[in-house]
Amino acid sequence: MQLTVNGIVREIPEAWIEKSLIRYLREELALTGAKIGCEVGACGTCTVLVDDRPVKSCLKKVGEMAGASILTIEGLAVADGTLHPLQQAFIDAGAVQCGFCTPGMILVAHALLLRNPGPTREEIRRAIHGNLCRCTGYQQIIDAVEQAAPHYHEF
Amino acid sequence: MQSVKAKGWRNDAVAKVTGRAQFTDDLKFPDLLHAVPVYSDHVHAKLLAVDTTAAEASPGVVRVLTSADVPGANRFGQIIRDFRIFADDRIRYHGDVVAVVVAETREQATQAAPLLRVEAEPLPVLLDPEEALKADAILIHENHGSNVINTHRVRRGDVQKGFARADLVIERTWQTPFIEHAYMETEVSVCFPRPDGVLEVRGSMQHPFSTRRFVAACLGVPLAGVEVVGMPLGGGFGGKDDTAAIVCARTALAAKLLNRPVKMWYSRECSIRESYKRHPYRVYYKMGLSGTGEIIAVACKIIADGGAYCSVTPWVTWRSTVQCCGPYRVENVHCDTWGVYTNNVVSGAMRGFGSPQMNFVVESIIEEAAEKLGMSAIEVRRRNLVRQGSVTITGQKLDGHTVAMEQVLDRVLEAIDYENKLKKCSRGAGDEQYGIGLAMSYRGVSLGAEGVDFCAAIVNVQADGSVILDVGVHENGQGAETAMSLILARELGIAVEKIHYKRSSTSTIPDSGTTVASRGTIMGGGAVALAARELKTKIANIFAAELHCAPEEVRFVDNHLLGKEENHALPFAEAMRRMFQQQQFPYALGVYRAPRVTWDEESGQGNAYFTWVYGCQAVELTVHKKTGKVKLLNAVACHDVGRAIDNTLLLGQFYGGMAMGTGYALHEDLQIVDGKIHHANLNRYRIPRALDLPEMKAIVVENFDAVSPTGAKSIGEPSNEIMAPAIANALYHATGVRHYTLPIKRTPADGTKGGR
Ligand code: FES
Ligand code: FES
Repeated sequence: MQLTVNGIVREIPEAWIEKSLIRYLREELALTGAKIGCEVGACGTCTVLVDDRPVKSCLKKVGEMAGASILTIEGLAVADGTLHPLQQAFIDAGAVQCGFCTPGMILVAHALLLRNPGPTREEIRRAIHGNLCRCTGYQQIIDAVEQAAPHYHEF
Repeated sequence: MQSVKAKGWRNDAVAKVTGRAQFTDDLKFPDLLHAVPVYSDHVHAKLLAVDTTAAEASPGVVRVLTSADVPGANRFGQIIRDFRIFADDRIRYHGDVVAVVVAETREQATQAAPLLRVEAEPLPVLLDPEEALKADAILIHENHGSNVINTHRVRRGDVQKGFARADLVIERTWQTPFIEHAYMETEVSVCFPRPDGVLEVRGSMQHPFSTRRFVAACLGVPLAGVEVVGMPLGGGFGGKDDTAAIVCARTALAAKLLNRPVKMWYSRECSIRESYKRHPYRVYYKMGLSGTGEIIAVACKIIADGGAYCSVTPWVTWRSTVQCCGPYRVENVHCDTWGVYTNNVVSGAMRGFGSPQMNFVVESIIEEAAEKLGMSAIEVRRRNLVRQGSVTITGQKLDGHTVAMEQVLDRVLEAIDYENKLKKCSRGAGDEQYGIGLAMSYRGVSLGAEGVDFCAAIVNVQADGSVILDVGVHENGQGAETAMSLILARELGIAVEKIHYKRSSTSTIPDSGTTVASRGTIMGGGAVALAARELKTKIANIFAAELHCAPEEVRFVDNHLLGKEENHALPFAEAMRRMFQQQQFPYALGVYRAPRVTWDEESGQGNAYFTWVYGCQAVELTVHKKTGKVKLLNAVACHDVGRAIDNTLLLGQFYGGMAMGTGYALHEDLQIVDGKIHHANLNRYRIPRALDLPEMKAIVVENFDAVSPTGAKSIGEPSNEIMAPAIANALYHATGVRHYTLPIKRTPADGTKGGR
């Protein structure tokens, strides 16, 4: 059984098949960008993209990911460290405070913009509704997504 | 103002958007042990014995720690030392930790936890603070002698006479709930013994210095033998003080006894079960007014449920007492406040710190009174607002800064077109009911008489002109490090990228207190500004002659030292290099000491805070009559912040506070049934989500405050403390029903029956 994480194909270790995807990413692959806020699917801090769709990785078993392609926050910036325009927009708009929700927020927003590069603010709200942020009141996150949208026309 | 940075710049932003920021749970160590807390299922019981045998025999378990293993003090507290590292004599609430299991893996520790045997004799459970105040109530802390944690009072004028003169007297009772901070990152700590003999503590905590005190006392080692290193914090909101420090102390104990690194990470269930909350208040409030709307007298009784341990209940309730009449002048006040022990979860510090409860009360009753008098509620407010030179209910004269109450009110009224929209409110008519409402407050800045208030900053310039900045203020996620860096960059006239903010450590900077009470910017920023100014004097004295001017005339602009004339310039980096050659360190320690405040407990009179901030917020909403569903349409906030250090950060504090206030008004209610918390995870405890919030507008008023070296005051808490009454007032204008309990639950029945 294999899965792809940030472009790297990996064999799923036997011992991990029944365990949760978030633990596998954090503990086995040391990809700690995805966070654990609740482990019951309520907060979205563990969000990763599976085949371009946002998934709460605390709710998935690694075995379920066979054949899937997973993108974590660590895979979004260019290898040389150049930020993805969406990451830059999060900084410019002041969408980052404590940053604990940020990786998940950026990934749900990325999935939205891949599908819909010109969302309304209401559509952005709907897209990030499953991800909790206690710091920002969401407004500057929504600003950031709006500001990044034009870049997705070029993709 | 010079631009020293790119828009949105934060010193930690790149790390946070790339996932590279390392929070405590992201740390890995070879040989790391894992610890989990163990609770009993009791709410109040005499602890007879803890049997660790079975748990210790479980696979992978290295040790099970109980109170018997604590070499130093097992009891802590910033005010009363009643909080236990491990329950010893009694279990006083459902979140009391009886033991900690340490194992090779977290799974093994979790599996062993249920094997712990606790022998305890149940005691009567006290959950209602008013029951706890009765003479025959069981004492939760026997040695304390009563269930009263503390009392405060205000005595001003003569309320009897005041009420006798009043044309209208109204009397109501309010109730507010426990509120969970719901920081996205739960409590976590990693501790390890270092080869140099120091025990290093890392963790998700707001207060490295009180954490160090707790850890050192628990281990029985000197303060210098413990180094607490700050980590990125996944949200605090006041909630990562006592509990978080105790989590660190337990972890440190395990690391010391086992001589290995230990991590203790809290699941959300443990976090919600154990951590302290916002205090629930019951407030009996009576207000007397003249026929023309002057508030003549206020009598109130405030009862705060402090839960099982004291925490900072005396400080929280003190603020409520000082601000019990809102931003209004009242000549006759009689206020009695009690903080009370119960067997509920502990209550402690949370953003707002005793003001959101009182603002809900005052800003509701003033509207109700206005209506009864047939007057506009805005007009009644204007008649009573504090103004320049006014005397507060505690006898403090408001001067030395701009009293901006009317200014913020006018800005909000205009921005949201309040008066016109007020006429369109449904007042109970129709199915989709519309309402607008507002609320205002003033707030004492920083700790006031709550504590000793001073803060240190070290500016350490290197030989190439780059700077290491170390401040005794902790980054809670609000951007404190960025704000401090910006203050320094502007003072020295250098680019902010040249400054490295050294992540705080208790071993490099003097104990500067906790980053609470919205004191980060005024205290930390003040210390930075003072350090920078001292350093500039030192530099100017050395180079003035060369710049053909007096030392006072040297300016620091655009990475240069400038004399009176532009052609006399010296690059900053060059100057720094030459200082080293001359055996001079470009180094300064700045200490900002808050001006003295005064307080007399007997009369409840004094200059409670050294300065005040002023705010006003308004919201528009609709309520669906049949379903009770509330939709917020719009929200406007205006606060006088003294001076804005960074607009982007500032707006984040506005919006975040308003969002949290919305949860307080409409959604959040930590249900405790028989002493046990029902909503133990975020799927059941509902904090605001993106679709619950409206577009928000922030209006920044800047009246430079001379008491603050930077002119800046605070915003973190003001933005959070008046959203609930603004929403309650808007709901009233929509439905004609007034609510006296938070959160406001609109049931379909409300639409037909009316509230109370
Ligand atoms: S940790 Fe997965 S949704 Fe909260
Ligand atoms: S930035 Fe703190 S939770 Fe979103």
